[in-house]
Amino acid sequence: MSNPDSTAVSFSSVSRVFGEVRAVDNVSFDVGEGEFFSMLGPSGSGKTTCLRLIAGFEQPDAGRILVHGRNVEGVPPYERDVNTVFQDYALFPHMTVYENVAYGLMIRKVPSAERRRRAEEMLEMVKLAGMGERKPSQLSGGQRQRVALARALINHPSVLLLDEPLGALDLKLREQMQDELKSLQRRVGITFIYVTHDQGEALAMSDRLAVFNHGRIEQIGAPGEIYEHPATAFVAGFVGVSNLCEGALAQRLAGSTRPFAIRPEKISMLPASGAAPDGAVTVLGKVSAATYLGSTTRFVVALEGGGELTVVRQNSGGSLSVTPGDGVRLCWSRALMQPLQGPAK
Amino acid sequence: MRSDGKPRASWSLRAAALAGMAFLHVPLFFIILYAFSVEEKSFVFPLPGLTTKWFAVAFQREDIRAALGLSVRVALMSTAIAIVLGTLAAAAVWRSRFFGRESISLLLILPIALPGIITGISLRSAYNLMDIPFSFWTIVIGHATFCIVVVYNNVLARLRRSAPGMIEASMDLGANGFQTFRYVILPHMATALLAGGMLAFALSFDEVIVTTFTAGQQTTLPIWMLSELVRPRERPVTNVVAVFVIAVTLVPILIAFYLTRDTHEAAGSGK
Repeated sequence: MSNPDSTAVSFSSVSRVFGEVRAVDNVSFDVGEGEFFSMLGPSGSGKTTCLRLIAGFEQPDAGRILVHGRNVEGVPPYERDVNTVFQDYALFPHMTVYENVAYGLMIRKVPSAERRRRAEEMLEMVKLAGMGERKPSQLSGGQRQRVALARALINHPSVLLLDEPLGALDLKLREQMQDELKSLQRRVGITFIYVTHDQGEALAMSDRLAVFNHGRIEQIGAPGEIYEHPATAFVAGFVGVSNLCEGALAQRLAGSTRPFAIRPEKISMLPASGAAPDGAVTVLGKVSAATYLGSTTRFVVALEGGGELTVVRQNSGGSLSVTPGDGVRLCWSRALMQPLQGPAK
Repeated sequence: MRSDGKPRASWSLRAAALAGMAFLHVPLFFIILYAFSVEEKSFVFPLPGLTTKWFAVAFQREDIRAALGLSVRVALMSTAIAIVLGTLAAAAVWRSRFFGRESISLLLILPIALPGIITGISLRSAYNLMDIPFSFWTIVIGHATFCIVVVYNNVLARLRRSAPGMIEASMDLGANGFQTFRYVILPHMATALLAGGMLAFALSFDEVIVTTFTAGQQTTLPIWMLSELVRPRERPVTNVVAVFVIAVTLVPILIAFYLTRDTHEAAGSGK
């Protein structure tokens, strides 16, 4: 870390083309030192290619990538101060857990006593103390994931790249590992760049996230910002659930044909005869479906004059009981509507 | 082997299996049995008597020793060539996608599918055309053609089974190309290489057909046995040598089988 610049990784107008496909298309972003930065998007959106560009497994066709202020063009992966936790973990099957973790140190010719000490420290940190002599094939998925993490972190990289590291784990373990990863990142203070297609994961863990679609970044921001103020229809639909309104429906509800998004949980449901608060947007409709989801219930409401909206309500008890066929009045504060760029999809 | 959870085989199936095993192994049993026969002119049954003197006789004979020496040297050299070329070919076919990749794969495997007589005749014509005199090396080249295949198959199967990210992971952790090969690829392939090498050695050691066309006046052990069958003199000596060949080829094959067991690899694929 010779450069005191507070930017860990910087992309300026980076493109990577595979044949006809622009996998990464003119992407620019900066990741701050010590930040937990997520790249979120559906498969094929270019997020993993961006990660591989940082690691050095791919070279950009255009644009410039800086890692701690240093242009990494042409620098091979083994000369970059960056380590990766691979999606399939890519542990070395013929080595023990200890040898796997110490591999980076062995390559850099760290004396064997120090190697062992640091590997044991690392294994302890990822809660695998005493597992050093096992082979990767004797570990569970979650344990392998931790070995991959320890193997990368032992080198004290300036940036740690994580490629869907929790993708192969079951839901409970995934949630537990999310918390562990987040607290580990705070403890070691290393910049994490995290690739995922799971919007919940990205929202829960990141300081900031970039939403990718078709090789481009649709929006970059803090989780709250992305969720509350999606910039495009894609972000509104991919991160959480949104009602997307455009054209005549938007005109009728908001007084303008400009498309907008409204989150289902922001919509209040009143009896048809009830009065909406002053200044609120309001519309009458008829419940066409109700789905009980445990903590919440999801209603689909067919609006008078066409169109429908999804409404989600907490099952906290005491509120209006609604069944399909009932007439209701929906209303929401104008400020909760999120105007979108471009057409709704 | 895996009878658990499956219905028991019917009696007729078992009988057929036993008959098949007998058909394959009874001749071997008689070869071994006649190595101990006191009758040296012809094979008679039952044996008039048992003796172990032929082992001593075989050990003393200069022609057997020379043939054995040639066979071992040829097998070692063919195996060495096969390990280098077979591994390189497997690595190329695995790592890169190039024009004609599938054809190269087929061409590599072809020598083992072709009748040995075709390989033999074509090599012999090639040697004649190029004015290459028969030597140790002409036999080695002939054997290498089919030895490469077993190494190639074993190594390729191992490579295909390995996590694709392993090499990238090694580079990511700071290892350059050579270190990655030394610490990750080579150890990962070690048992596949050993198994392939063992099989290649065994194949070369008992090869007759290709050798007939590429050896000229030289005599490898199998060729010696063939010539010995025509002129009956101390017949059990031939059987003693056969027992020896069985042992030398069976042991490597068993080791190769052991090294690649529990994997779905192509240890025995080929001949």
